[in-house]
Amino acid sequence: MGYRKKNRNVGIVGIGETKFSSHREDVNQPEMIHEAVRQALDDAGLKIDEIDCVVHGNMELFEMVHQPDMWHTLGSGAFGRDSFRLTTGGTTGGTLVCAADNLVASGMYDVVMAVGFEKLQEGHTTGGITNMADPLWARKLQSGALTAQAANKLIDEFGAERARKAAMIYRIIMDKHAGLNPNSHRAFGLDWDQMDDLIENSPPLIGDLRLIHMCSQSDGACVIIFASEEKAKKIAKTPVWVRDHITVHREETLDLHNNYYPNRTTHRFAAQQLYARNGIDNPLEYFDVFEMYDPSAWWGVDWLREFFLLEGDEHLKLVENKEIMIDGKMPINPSGGVIAANPIGATAIVRTAEAAKQVRGDAGPHQIPKPVNHALTSSFGGTMWTVLTMLEKDLDW
Amino acid sequence: MDNKIDTGDSYVIEGKLALPYTYFAGRVGSTFITTIRDKHKIMGVKCNTCDKVFVPPRQTCERCLEDIRENWVELGNTGEVVNFTVVRYEDKHLPRKVPFVLALIHLDGADTPMVHILDGVDPEEVKIGMKVQAVFAEKTTHTILDIDHFAPV
Repeated sequence: MGYRKKNRNVGIVGIGETKFSSHREDVNQPEMIHEAVRQALDDAGLKIDEIDCVVHGNMELFEMVHQPDMWHTLGSGAFGRDSFRLTTGGTTGGTLVCAADNLVASGMYDVVMAVGFEKLQEGHTTGGITNMADPLWARKLQSGALTAQAANKLIDEFGAERARKAAMIYRIIMDKHAGLNPNSHRAFGLDWDQMDDLIENSPPLIGDLRLIHMCSQSDGACVIIFASEEKAKKIAKTPVWVRDHITVHREETLDLHNNYYPNRTTHRFAAQQLYARNGIDNPLEYFDVFEMYDPSAWWGVDWLREFFLLEGDEHLKLVENKEIMIDGKMPINPSGGVIAANPIGATAIVRTAEAAKQVRGDAGPHQIPKPVNHALTSSFGGTMWTVLTMLEKDLDW
Repeated sequence: MDNKIDTGDSYVIEGKLALPYTYFAGRVGSTFITTIRDKHKIMGVKCNTCDKVFVPPRQTCERCLEDIRENWVELGNTGEVVNFTVVRYEDKHLPRKVPFVLALIHLDGADTPMVHILDGVDPEEVKIGMKVQAVFAEKTTHTILDIDHFAPV
């Protein structure tokens, strides 16, 4: 493995996040990005000339603007500064965090600003996603971002009734969280008495995946400013420390790389590596919050088992007993998660931004009621791309 | 030496990407275009901190990040050619039959040049420093082409 311990510690010192919406006709892309940049700079108490480097990320095909980072300098603050652009699909925002962390940890820059954005209303997301597939084998045989794979898996293993119910409990919990988060794109005010109706009557999309299970298409931007330990302690009252991150991915749509099914998911593989090298034996006990990239309720339920290295139906029980609620044993997505807002290039960096706010204790109405010292965040992209990031309140590991 | 590559039995897939998009100009961009369309006036915005007048206008000064969206400055519809090139190849996306001139025009009162078509002059006669003025389109397209072109004064 190429993994090495960090050269120096890196802290999150500023966070900015726009309201997420499907309607941002009032601003162009650089203007929308600037809303989050301004917030992050104000949050950190920094001026733009104190930023050494800007890392920019989105999915270009979703707005049909090539090299958006170049003209986004009008809003991003990258003018006259070193800058990089990253595009890694759904994980883009997670990769931005990894890159910014590495750039600071390496000693290359002291203060790095990561900018994730998407304005999906302006483009055609499915058009962009379907062109990701192999032109010979896959492009004519795929369903874009919509898949019932996790639903099938859960139904096979636990029976339709229990699986469908668990997915809907998960969905309603996420909506309840979204209702607390002022930046949510969608919060319907769902309640438990709607369970059976939604399970039966929400419009079907593919297999057992229904409209109610699926994430939105959103517009929005999210910015995080990272600084070296020395600078972070001067800049921020409560820097949030980036302990570690890991990226694992593989093509598995068509088993082109000869995975034997069933196989270990990239989520489980990433989690195993990350916990092992950080000496974490029981992630469910260790972490106080998990901001998960959960594109649908089915995936959310299924992936809990992978990320926490659970066995059997332990993950279903967490959901059924509502332990994943904001005041539960393991709060999942107090922000409402990806089902509540999915501005793709920003989505994964939002997970880390939201988790960092939880650690700082200033998340607002969706702040977890008990202290948050250890946070986990995930990113997901096609076809099976996983990024996990660990945040800490104290530099004591 | 034989550079021929055997391409027998090699299947080629013809593809085409459909990539529709819309673009929201933002209020500053919208005002810029509608003022050209409705009033035949070219407007810039001024950053007082950097003492620069930008055209096309922008909401934020990219140098100091000051919010400059309200600082409208009316520019002259006249200016000076600061650089130019002659387009000589035909393609569907080009706005004119070739040969035609694309020029960087420094409008009176602005600190940044803008690009537009320079017409009404033989391409061989164009000179840097030439004084030009905006000629507005008779029919609106609600785009930057509501300035049809620039022509020598």
